[in-house]
Amino acid sequence: MFPKPIAARSRTYQRLYKIALPIALLIWLLPLLAIFMTSIRSSVDINTGNVFGWPSQFLLIENYTEVFNRSQAILYLKNSFMITIPTVLLSVSLACLAGYALAIYRFRWSLPIFFLFVAGNFVPFQILMIPVRDMSVSTGLYNTILGQVLFHAAFQTGFCTFFMRNFIRALPFELIESGRIEGVGEIKIFLFIVVPLVRPALAALSVLIFTFVWNDFFWATVLTQGESVKPITAGVRSLNGQYVNNWHLVSAASLIAAIPPVAMFFLMQKHFIAGLTLGSVKQ
Amino acid sequence: MRRSNHPNYSTHIFGKNKLVISPWLFLIPGIIFFLIYVIVPIFQSIWVSFYEWDGLGQAEWVGLANYVELLDDEYFYTSLKNNFIWLVLYLLAVPLGLFIALFLNQVVFGIRFYKSLFFFPFVISQVVVGLIFSWFYNPNFGLLSQIFTSLGLEPIAILSDENLVTYGIIFAGLWPQVAYCMILYLTGLSNVSQDLMEAARLDGAKGWRMLWYVVLPQLRPATFISVVVTIIGALRSFDMVAIMTEGGPYGSSNVLAYYMFETALSEYGFRLGYGSAIATVLFFIMLIYITYFLWRLYKNEKEA
Repeated sequence: MFPKPIAARSRTYQRLYKIALPIALLIWLLPLLAIFMTSIRSSVDINTGNVFGWPSQFLLIENYTEVFNRSQAILYLKNSFMITIPTVLLSVSLACLAGYALAIYRFRWSLPIFFLFVAGNFVPFQILMIPVRDMSVSTGLYNTILGQVLFHAAFQTGFCTFFMRNFIRALPFELIESGRIEGVGEIKIFLFIVVPLVRPALAALSVLIFTFVWNDFFWATVLTQGESVKPITAGVRSLNGQYVNNWHLVSAASLIAAIPPVAMFFLMQKHFIAGLTLGSVKQ
Repeated sequence: MRRSNHPNYSTHIFGKNKLVISPWLFLIPGIIFFLIYVIVPIFQSIWVSFYEWDGLGQAEWVGLANYVELLDDEYFYTSLKNNFIWLVLYLLAVPLGLFIALFLNQVVFGIRFYKSLFFFPFVISQVVVGLIFSWFYNPNFGLLSQIFTSLGLEPIAILSDENLVTYGIIFAGLWPQVAYCMILYLTGLSNVSQDLMEAARLDGAKGWRMLWYVVLPQLRPATFISVVVTIIGALRSFDMVAIMTEGGPYGSSNVLAYYMFETALSEYGFRLGYGSAIATVLFFIMLIYITYFLWRLYKNEKEA
């Protein structure tokens, strides 16, 4: 283990480390803490400059309820879920199929197609913006939930295929071979041998894609207009415009937007990190 | 290589061709989707960059005129320069992430909880991070101005200062990026070989020398991924700029990604051809890194 475990160090050192840890965390999360404190203050506090002192009132429930009452936060949240969940299902399924094909079969196009998926995943969004928007307008998908789902699913398929292909490739190939020798069809091999084995990868990808898509702002701006199909990220931005000088409400809305991915991360932490760090560690 | 020598499974409907056709059946849905929404639009954008087009009327072929115009566009140069600053400073996330990872790589009570909380900023949307920091920098009541005042200094309005604004946004952007690099390194550190460390320790290596000669070489995969995702993130920077300054004041915090959006889709006019030219430039800058990444991937595949 590096650095040297503190258990092997002097007591003073250990004590110092245990003091430094919460202080470092406090500094690291200070911006977040500050915005949380703001979200439970009254507007009077903010207008009179009491931004860091003890709040004159604690309005946790009041402020958060007010966000829901005064804005379309519920609609935005609903839209976010309706965009994110189908995207996760679609892109992970497509990638599961494509990743399987690229990992198991050896054919001339295997590597070029794999590279195409990887490269596409890295391109700047702006190079896609005009054609995708144009296509969405002409097919009636502009300013719809479905239009956002289709784009996100297609785009995320690149990363997901990269991930699934590498994961499936690391599985013991004998399992598939023995299935073939027994005369099991390719589709059955996929469904009954491979899919159960890749469950951890499916979980990892799902939480990652959920977070990526939930946090999207660019495509929400490009592919929507008005409020009806906006996700929460874009919603918070427009609230920021409407609620000038209502920082306590903007803060509350921001934190509401952050809750689902944060909850996802805490619930599925192991999978989340496994997904993020695939490829950063050689097995 | 062994994988190509499958026996024939002629009892099946597809006969000998089964293993030739099957991969395509699995691939087709994903490929079609990806082609329509990602690959083809890249070429369409490059094509549009040779036109003058407002998105409604007839597009007019202008050849390289948009690119020639870019050469004289001071906003373009500012954006390009800012992208460069982003790229360089954003890479600080890699050593900073390593630093925090080393700090947290201990076994004490509650350390897992600490690690998760340090990772927090990465999970939050950049929109929210941008808002948090706009507020943090606010000259009237932001945390930063309070700190300045308490030190007896005049508060600075970072986001309205042409010379500081880009640094202010990058600093905010580093927050989640450092968290990302940290988690990559933490995973890498948990896989560092004990034997090598022990051997080095017997040779008298410790502290910095141990880190530099024994630990860092083993963390190379983590470093590589950190650098790649950080570079891509720096060139993709859009959300933070859009939320915190919209490229202002006077275009001084613009980056190519936002400038492209502004030219093509905002109240400043619908110049889709010109916007596409900016996007194309950004794409070719990114292509350098994409090619490098693919080349590394290709080498790994050859070895495997």
